Amino acid sequence: MSPVRTVPAESAAASASESPDRRRSAWMAAAQAGDRRAYEKLLADSVALIRAVARRQGVAQDQLDDVVQETLLTVHRVRQTYDPGRSYDAWLGAIAARRAIDSLRRRGRRDSRELHDEFALDNHADADDASAAAENEQRARRLHAAIAALPPGQREAVEQLGLREHSLSEAAELTGRNTGALKVNLHRALKALRERFHGEP
Amino acid sequence: MENPDVMSDPQSHAALIDRLGTELVPVRRLLPPWLRTAGWLLLVAAIAAGLLMHYGAGPMLQRWAATPDLAWAGIGAVITAISAAWAAFALGVPGRRAAWAWLPLPGALLWIGASGLGCLRTWIAPGTEVAGLHQTADCLIFIIAFSIPLSALLVVLLRRACPLRPVLAAVLIGLASAAASASLLEICHAFDSAATDLLTHALAVAAVVAVNAAMGGRLLSKA
Repeated sequence: MSPVRTVPAESAAASASESPDRRRSAWMAAAQAGDRRAYEKLLADSVALIRAVARRQGVAQDQLDDVVQETLLTVHRVRQTYDPGRSYDAWLGAIAARRAIDSLRRRGRRDSRELHDEFALDNHADADDASAAAENEQRARRLHAAIAALPPGQREAVEQLGLREHSLSEAAELTGRNTGALKVNLHRALKALRERFHGEP
Repeated sequence: MENPDVMSDPQSHAALIDRLGTELVPVRRLLPPWLRTAGWLLLVAAIAAGLLMHYGAGPMLQRWAATPDLAWAGIGAVITAISAAWAAFALGVPGRRAAWAWLPLPGALLWIGASGLGCLRTWIAPGTEVAGLHQTADCLIFIIAFSIPLSALLVVLLRRACPLRPVLAAVLIGLASAAASASLLEICHAFDSAATDLLTHALAVAAVVAVNAAMGGRLLSKA
């Protein structure tokens, strides 16, 4: 069987004498022998290929990086299965496609409250709805990350007053801080979040 | 087309790549699928040799000479076992085509077809009788009992590989070990392939394949 190229070379800036696939194949062979530099070059080179495969499978933009990371982890775990006599791109493409499908399935399960028919979801997914939902989810995740990154006092104020909707006096009782400090912290936290998301001073 | 907000995350990729680089240790490359198949077949051959030493090849050859369809069924089972194991190992390597899963089909057709012919025969193979209910249960137990270690070994060997289609690989494992067990049964099988016996074999093979598909898929999907 001839090696099948499942991934078009996106980084076509390869030397003329050697195809990018052959070069990556040589790197992987070196990595199997423990060559760390070849391995890191190979993995960095693989990111674009993985993204291309995942996008072709229909993975949403905000999930691409997850698929990249999961694929890199799998590549690391199963690197002994690569045969340097065969195409590296085909090998990587198969792993990336599988991780992309896993990601789509996870997404499908999460959305199953709205839609139970997995077959319909796989085959007739409404791209606009999916990307809108993905964007909302992404936004919520970023907000949570931003809140988590606040200084402890400010974070506490946002959690108590903003997220759990406690009153000032309830929050003061729960946290052991006075209402004035809570108000100042909430104000500072909101300002920090505004700056982070809109770049307003 | 790409929204700059959700562009690639080069920093976290670089961090992961760095971590994986630190963890890199040399690995021993996996042997090619045909060699790994040969390794597994070695065990089957060892069991076959043990059974032949115990029962002798005489009765089997005598039975086969008189009823060629039984011989063909036995050969079909052997081919199925080899090709299914080979296909399973091939599917354990990412990038190999899923079409490998069809490899056991010709052998399986010969196995099933020739066994089916046995039912249409009106004469009975020498030295055998049409099995009663009790004996067919023995066949069932024989096939299942031999399939368990043979399947387990295949699962262990495949877990070192990376079967990206775990359920398909597990079905092939089930088919390989059931076919191998049926081949081994042929050595010490004192029954003609009457409909009841054939049904038992089919039942045993189906059970082995189904259990593998249900359990093996889970055992292999960690890859």
